[in-house]
Amino acid sequence: MAWFTKTKVSEPSQKKTLGEGVFRRCDTCGATLKAEEFEANLEVCPGCGHHYRLSAEAWIELLLDPGSWVEHDAGLQATDPLGFVDSKPYRQRLEASRKKTGHQDALLAGDGTLNGRPIQLGVFLFRFMGGSMGSVVGEKITRLFERGLEKNQPVVLLSASGGARMQEGALSLMQMAKTVAALGRLRDAGLPFISVLLHPTTGGVAASYALLGDVNIAEPRALIGFAGPRVIEQTIRQKLPEGFQRAEFLLEHGMVDRIAHRHEMRATIARLLSHFLD
Amino acid sequence: MAHLEFEKPLVELEQRIRDLKSVSDEMGDLDAGIADQIRELEARADRIQRELYEELSVWHKVQLSRHPDRPYFLDYLDAVFEDFVELHGDRAYADDAALVAGFARFDGRTVAVIGHQKGRSTKEKVKRNFGMAHPEGYRKACRVMELAERFGRPVLTFIDTPGAYPGLGAEERGQSEAIGHSLLVMSRLGVPIIATVIGEGGSGGALALGVANRVLMLQYSTYSVITPEGCASILWRDGARGPDAAEQLKLLAGHAKNNGIVDELVSEPTGGAHRDPADAAERLAEALRRHLAELDAMTPEQRIEQRYAKFRAMGPFVDAAG
Ligand SMILES: [Zn+2]
Repeated sequence: MAWFTKTKVSEPSQKKTLGEGVFRRCDTCGATLKAEEFEANLEVCPGCGHHYRLSAEAWIELLLDPGSWVEHDAGLQATDPLGFVDSKPYRQRLEASRKKTGHQDALLAGDGTLNGRPIQLGVFLFRFMGGSMGSVVGEKITRLFERGLEKNQPVVLLSASGGARMQEGALSLMQMAKTVAALGRLRDAGLPFISVLLHPTTGGVAASYALLGDVNIAEPRALIGFAGPRVIEQTIRQKLPEGFQRAEFLLEHGMVDRIAHRHEMRATIARLLSHFLD
Repeated sequence: MAHLEFEKPLVELEQRIRDLKSVSDEMGDLDAGIADQIRELEARADRIQRELYEELSVWHKVQLSRHPDRPYFLDYLDAVFEDFVELHGDRAYADDAALVAGFARFDGRTVAVIGHQKGRSTKEKVKRNFGMAHPEGYRKACRVMELAERFGRPVLTFIDTPGAYPGLGAEERGQSEAIGHSLLVMSRLGVPIIATVIGEGGSGGALALGVANRVLMLQYSTYSVITPEGCASILWRDGARGPDAAEQLKLLAGHAKNNGIVDELVSEPTGGAHRDPADAAERLAEALRRHLAELDAMTPEQRIEQRYAKFRAMGPFVDAAG
């Protein structure tokens, strides 16, 4: 199984300076628009509605009441338990990702309020080694669920991950069991878990807690699946049908509850929490 | 008997011994020369065997875990358990032959037995999908585990899969959810659970049967986040570099023990379980018996707590914030 499939992810479309102002061209519909228009529209193309990746920091700003975010466990750092070296040593990869993102690993976790309601919130940083889940990410998710339980608060977790982190071997695999067990305790306490599936959510993250939300909400066109498309194509030796493993495909097959446009995400989560808790 | 390339000198020597013995049998006890020759060859085979298996490479051990003659789940089921009643199907879509489940007796008491099954003949390999389960396989496993919980029977699982199947139907029917759900079900059972990796412990498809109070591994089995070939094709775009990836992944039983992922290594007969399946089965039964007795002494709450704490502690990190 490829847990860490290299999925092509649409980066925020290319910036170009044309005369005055910075312009961006949408790779999906070809429209060229002012960069500010993309940003003001939360990285959704104003022309065709294609959802480009929104940074973890922007998600936090979008979902939480202003100034309410308090980050937890920011200092947790990966070790290199296997001494893993491919074209680069794992330690160098970690260092490069830390420099690039300004964070220690691939998940931000903390608490804040949504319409005044205290929640526990986690958001993956896909830019940090493809959002892969190693021991630090697994520990932070486990603590997120445990903090929800302890403080009697719902948990909202936004996943964007290629899966378990290969460089920590079977220790990464075990994070799947660890996070799911903690989720089980949150459930037993009657606290909701809203799982938001961003592009892409695959491998060991998909196959652990991510599809076990009390409600699974996906972003439009997000790729969500167990195996990466390339692995499946190699296995079955045929081209995959258009739209396979996309959010709409999962909705059709009964695996996600809803697809929410980015503009609707905050309201959708708030309404659900209100249905469950008020 | 199939054999691996590195087993060849030993297998050939053993064939010569067998040939000489049959010659000697035909001739009666007349030829003392042949008897001497046989004794000498047997001593040599013994020495080769010991030397060969002392210095196996990581890749050799990976090959042993996948040896075509290696005992599979159903072989251990035959050797160790009695009165097996298989239960089929997930009550929703299909019966998945890649994963076998049911109830059987172990030392006279009923236990649930669940395991991946690879096939041995070509026809059976296809039927068993090479031990790669679909979602309905994991859903069947959950159903049987929940039955075991209702009737207070311990659950013994046997892991031997390259991974959960990566195919169209598997994705359509929710492979991810099926595996995640199995992790959840196992984390909540009050009955004892013992998981044993008997061959290949391939990623999520293996772990889906692996959330246990005790996790055992046979000496020449592996437990990995990804197959070496899959890892190599991602890292170097070259699946043929599996042996290099295997070195990096630290997937052997000894590594898993050092990393705190498994509780006990069950030693195999010299040369691997396939060279003496009856002996391998006896060693496995002894380990299961011992761990089951320990878990019997615990309450359901204690077992749930012990299992939680065990997996909770997995995975090293440091806290730079102090
Ligand atoms: Zn567009």
